Amino acid sequence: MTERVRVTGPPRHPTAGRPGSRLGDVHEQTDVGDVFLRSLLREQLGLALAVLGLLAGALVPLPLVFHLWPRLADLEVGGVPVAWWGLGGLAYPFLLLLGWQYVRRVERNERDFSDLVHGSGEETRP
Amino acid sequence: MSTEVVPGLVAVLAVTVATVAIGTWGLRFSRTTSDFFVASRTVRPGLNASAIGGEYLSAASFLGIAGLLLVGGADMLWYPVGWTAGYLVLLVLVAAPLRRSGAYTLPDFAEARLGSGWVRAACSLLVVGVGWLYLVPQFKGAGITLESAIGAPEWVGPLIVGVVVLVSVMAGGMRSITFVQAFQYWLKLTALLVPAMVLLVVWWGDGRPAGSGLGGDGWSVPVAGDGVIGLYSTYSLIVALFLGTMGLPHVVVRFYTNPDGRGARRTTLVVLALLGLFYVWPPVYAALGRVYGADLVREGHADVLVLELPRLVVDGIGGELLTGLVTAGAFAAFLSTASGLAIAVSGVLTQDVTSRLVGERGAPDPGGSVATAFRLAAVAAVVVPLVVALVVAEVGVAESVGLAFAVAASTFCPLLVLGIWWRGLTDAGALAGLAAGGLGAGGAAVLNLAGVDATGWTGALLTQPAAWSVPLAFTVMVLVSLATASRAPANARRLLVRLHTPETLGAGRS
Repeated sequence: MTERVRVTGPPRHPTAGRPGSRLGDVHEQTDVGDVFLRSLLREQLGLALAVLGLLAGALVPLPLVFHLWPRLADLEVGGVPVAWWGLGGLAYPFLLLLGWQYVRRVERNERDFSDLVHGSGEETRP
Repeated sequence: MSTEVVPGLVAVLAVTVATVAIGTWGLRFSRTTSDFFVASRTVRPGLNASAIGGEYLSAASFLGIAGLLLVGGADMLWYPVGWTAGYLVLLVLVAAPLRRSGAYTLPDFAEARLGSGWVRAACSLLVVGVGWLYLVPQFKGAGITLESAIGAPEWVGPLIVGVVVLVSVMAGGMRSITFVQAFQYWLKLTALLVPAMVLLVVWWGDGRPAGSGLGGDGWSVPVAGDGVIGLYSTYSLIVALFLGTMGLPHVVVRFYTNPDGRGARRTTLVVLALLGLFYVWPPVYAALGRVYGADLVREGHADVLVLELPRLVVDGIGGELLTGLVTAGAFAAFLSTASGLAIAVSGVLTQDVTSRLVGERGAPDPGGSVATAFRLAAVAAVVVPLVVALVVAEVGVAESVGLAFAVAASTFCPLLVLGIWWRGLTDAGALAGLAAGGLGAGGAAVLNLAGVDATGWTGALLTQPAAWSVPLAFTVMVLVSLATASRAPANARRLLVRLHTPETLGAGRS
């Protein structure tokens, strides 16, 4: 079976191989590279779990709450039951907000990681 | 033929012609194998997100939800919320790494990650299974729509959708379908939004009458009835929808068309916005249906609420025009979802089945033989579920879509999440987990389609399997991987580096 993988992207940065860059460590499975990757993975996973936690925290209790206190269903705002406001309308901006915040933070993490492996605080991004 | 059918007929014809025209226009850009499968990965976030939205908003979203809400009440709101939240889960757990894996399809990802032909074969089987399970209700929905709109026999709709999909997929592959799907998202949104606005104005003018007591007390309770079993069913549905999206073959294949991991994330974010914009409208139809559509519920036609409501509320030519518009939207929904699924299933069939068949004949031109293999696969991808849709009598549109989500959540979700975040996953573990989740949720789906009608707890566990089959698949995958830790692929770390490092670093370029 032929290898079908191909990653496109900007050309390899010219600074990749020069002294002070730790990109080689990340590629070549050295102990230092291992530490870098572990820290990036942990940070990204932590961020993902935080977003999922917020999602679950906001939506998952709802069925249980309405199951335990059915009278909540009679609560209305402007003639529309609260459940319809929440799940029919407000849920969507909430999901979008979570997604937007996630993308902002995850891109910042990746920038920090690039700066880290490209050398000691030097501005090497194109 | 009465004049009532004219707007519906015009609408269906217009959508069909537009779809084929845009598909043929896209053909001019489809030259290489890569064009056929992933549009050469040059699709920008805005266009790609519209295409994902167009593909994702199926018959169940356009027609099914409003009817379910009208009859079932607030617990059905979990369907649209779950379909949207699924993209958030996909965004944070798999979007960028999946794109960076550089694989064409789910089986490609599995093989690259685990280096096992067996896992690849299992994934291919599952992609085809989930794809077919999802295609059947699309064809069914097309039958219902044409029956309601132009009084055609029920087999006409599936046949038209099948032929149009086959022609546009075979003509242009992924690139042309991207334009078609993007167009169809905006068509669907317009077709739902404009009539809803008009209906709201009419309702306001009528002095804002309150709804009848349809659906009883449960209408404003976001949890299914019958006590603890209802609670279980609601949670199980939430699990299936939140986790199933990432495993749907037609959704996943779209991520390979992004230019890079960052593009994949941004695309997903736009998708979240587009889906939210769409899903606030079905509840409006359901609420207005409570006011004007009581007869539909009594006659058991709640599933065509969206198609019938404009005619019930607005008299004369205005009502006919609005009916034409919603019919066009509904028809676009079947076409786009069915095309996306057909592309995904054909892609997998091409790689694992038909390219071997064509290859054996030794075609002189390798590019030509791939296109032939793809077209051969497209025929298989469309014809099999079409026949099932024509033969199986009773298929609930939203319910069988729900089952497809449950199977995806119980198989591809654990494979992707563990494959992307956990080095220790082994081929044996993946295979065991896929088997446990696939047999569990898939078995339940087959029993449902076969018409097994259990009640009580057995019924709930069968119709909503996700709450037990997803944890089962995760547990089996982790435990078997731990037991076979020596089989973990040697390049797992290197691969994880590539999945999680930004492309600007050039990691993994070789």
